[in-house]
Amino acid sequence: MKIILKIIFIFIPLIIQSQTTIKGMAMIKNSDGKTKGLPGATIYWLDTEVGTTTNDQGWFTISYKPEYKKLIFSYVGYRTDTVIVNEPREVHHFMQEEGKLEEVLVKSKKQKTAVSYLQSANIININEGELLKAACCNLSESFETNPSIDVNFSDALTGTKQIKLLGLTSPYILIAQENIPSVRGASQAYGLTFTPGTWIESIQITKGSGSVVNGYESIAGQINTELKKPLNDDKFFLNAYGSLNGRLELNTHYSQKVSKKWNTSLFVHGNLRDAEIDKNDDNFLDIPLAKQINIMNRWQYTDTKNGFVSFINFRYLKDDKQTGEVDFDPNTHRLTTLKYGSEINTERFDVSTKFGYVFPETPYQSVGFQIAYSRHDQDSYFGLNQYNINHKSLYSNAIFNSILGSTLHKYKTGLSFTHDGYDEFVNTANFGRTENSVGGFFEYSYDNLENFSLIAGLRLDFHNLLGTFLTPRLHIRYVPWEKGVLRASIGRGKRSANIFAENQQLFGSSRVMSILNTNGKVYGLQPEIAWNYGFSFLQGFNLFDKKADFTIDFYSTLFQDQVVVDVDESPQQVLFYNLEGNSHANNLQIQLNYELFKNLDLRLAYKYYDVKTDYKKGTLRKPLQSKHRFFANIGYETTPNFKGGHWRFDYTFNWLGEQRLPFTGTNPTQYQLADYVSSYSLMNAQIAKVFSKNFEIYVGGENFTNFKQENPILSSEDPFGANFDSTIVYAPILGSMYYAGLRFTIN
Amino acid sequence: MNKRIITLLIIMLTFTLTSEAQKTSKTSKVTFEVDGVCVMCKERIEKAAVLTKGVKFATWNIDTNELYCIYNNKKTSLNKIKQAIANAGHDTKEIKASDKAYNSIADCCKYRTLEKH
Repeated sequence: MKIILKIIFIFIPLIIQSQTTIKGMAMIKNSDGKTKGLPGATIYWLDTEVGTTTNDQGWFTISYKPEYKKLIFSYVGYRTDTVIVNEPREVHHFMQEEGKLEEVLVKSKKQKTAVSYLQSANIININEGELLKAACCNLSESFETNPSIDVNFSDALTGTKQIKLLGLTSPYILIAQENIPSVRGASQAYGLTFTPGTWIESIQITKGSGSVVNGYESIAGQINTELKKPLNDDKFFLNAYGSLNGRLELNTHYSQKVSKKWNTSLFVHGNLRDAEIDKNDDNFLDIPLAKQINIMNRWQYTDTKNGFVSFINFRYLKDDKQTGEVDFDPNTHRLTTLKYGSEINTERFDVSTKFGYVFPETPYQSVGFQIAYSRHDQDSYFGLNQYNINHKSLYSNAIFNSILGSTLHKYKTGLSFTHDGYDEFVNTANFGRTENSVGGFFEYSYDNLENFSLIAGLRLDFHNLLGTFLTPRLHIRYVPWEKGVLRASIGRGKRSANIFAENQQLFGSSRVMSILNTNGKVYGLQPEIAWNYGFSFLQGFNLFDKKADFTIDFYSTLFQDQVVVDVDESPQQVLFYNLEGNSHANNLQIQLNYELFKNLDLRLAYKYYDVKTDYKKGTLRKPLQSKHRFFANIGYETTPNFKGGHWRFDYTFNWLGEQRLPFTGTNPTQYQLADYVSSYSLMNAQIAKVFSKNFEIYVGGENFTNFKQENPILSSEDPFGANFDSTIVYAPILGSMYYAGLRFTIN
Repeated sequence: MNKRIITLLIIMLTFTLTSEAQKTSKTSKVTFEVDGVCVMCKERIEKAAVLTKGVKFATWNIDTNELYCIYNNKKTSLNKIKQAIANAGHDTKEIKASDKAYNSIADCCKYRTLEKH
């Protein structure tokens, strides 16, 4: 008996040992960021015949032995991944969808922000998961967790956020919506706030000159926003947001299948801020009173069998802002010296259509056609300065894609036509003008499918004011060793500066505006021409079995011609003149992304900016631009349960080095500022509780250390005096800000 | 200005159309079966095909195992393409991969023993 028991006791552990299994789940993220199990995926141990498939919920069990180390996850349409298993544990793994269309992402865990290893250009892809980290609410606020884009404050009146890439402001970036240039001309100052964040599916940031297909205007880079597509979008989506500073936002989306080939979506956005806030007691609103209604209707036609796809979009926007002194009443004080106030009222209508056809017999050939019309109307005044602009814009582009010999050599060629009609009034001066351009482009791309690819583009444009000119651009990618990618780019950009629309924050000061040149065709000024070149090195590696990647980017922009905005000559003036001498923007960025622990991602970046221009006074650093910046972001997500429920935590830290302030030395002593303002840091954090793939709530804080600029408005007590200036803003005006919101989806 | 644009357009169009017309006579479009089981196989098969001189385009369907291939029949032949695919480790009906080539492909791609995944 004893012997039998002994035998049983000896054998039980052995039996248990030999029967050890581990459990786990193959998961995917839906387009809306929700998690669900992936049924039918193949799971097996590398170099063995031990394998299984996942059940209806995505769960699997597989036998385990200590010598098994590498678990393979595989499923049609998804990238095959290897997961290291050093001990018996539950294995949850996200499967990465295979690249859709041209977009290729090579990451086993779906990275929210990723630089591709395969594209020739240095393109950073931001998907919806990353956008969820942003506190609120529109495109201008979607870059706060991305170190490549710096978000600045433009002025103390309108509270508008301004973005910079490679040390250059948004006019030097081609900002497009589904490859149609969108934030340009009259919409330059506030255009980014006209795209609600919930409409966005993904954002692609190209550092360096970018493609020639979308035009000649981009200098520092391109930002393209893809909106949610009616075909894939959820049936119903609701997002509500409220912040303690009185901002309310509501987003609803409805999507519907109309017929076999037609799908439609209706996006309705409204926001309102009606609380009068003056925390710094300067008698000026810290942030404007605002209301916006923004409606978009999209139609998508898809006929995959015959190779047709088409989009038609209609959008209407009305945005009203009021700012200035707290007790300013537009009805009685408008354009008087009784009270200082400002109203910016914008109405915009857009219609755009895209059409694509792929030849079914020869799928490497396709044609595309885009046409977009917009009418942008802004009526505004800042104290006694009146500024009205009406911009009618037509953009059209026809593209033909094919190959030269084989799909290793591809090309895109086509023609574009643009028309911009401006009616622009600064007080009583009329700056109306018409710009027309016709251009042809050819872009060749080569990929040896191993370690080398390039894109070489050239376009020729005929422009009624800018003349006839060539725009060459080149991007090269080389893979010297595994997971290492070397990129280089060079290109030229040219544009006419819309000096008032782009710098309209300057109306919020007593500065007198003067244009010093008269021989140019746009405001008497020459167009801006710049060359941009850059190098980038990306190395992916594994550190303690966790994925990491390291990037060094260096980009330089050299201006051949520039419209210099000079606020340093005198605190009572702003001068616009053609560059005489040199102007450059150099940027070095070093970035590390690391999965510190399972589900805990760390992103660190250091940025160096050397932005200098030859002003009338001499060579000066660009005002309100830090030389050094440091960025850190930590994101943590708990492992989703079977309903997809989980927690999400996110923390962002920004450190800004000292900034040069515009010259104020000739002002009376009380209105003089230091030459430099010292460094400071800002912190944001967000916590989200996802209950299921249909419902989540989030709370967060922006700038929760409550750092703010004490006196953002010079001479705020005498707004019609000679020293009034609301444009010298180097830090947040509003202190800490807390918010909460919810997202509800019906698939 | 308009004249220049129209001329440019016409030149581009004629260039495209004439080159298309010349192409069709010597262009062959074929579909044949290639063994494989996963997405890695797809990349390998398509790469082997398109890197063959004279092949313009190749796409492999994981569900049907069919390779759709467009090639210049003056520069290459169906056999040459199949041999290139076999050299990369994948079988066609006519040409089988050598053991050495087959063994060189990734474990998840061992189509002779694994199910489609």
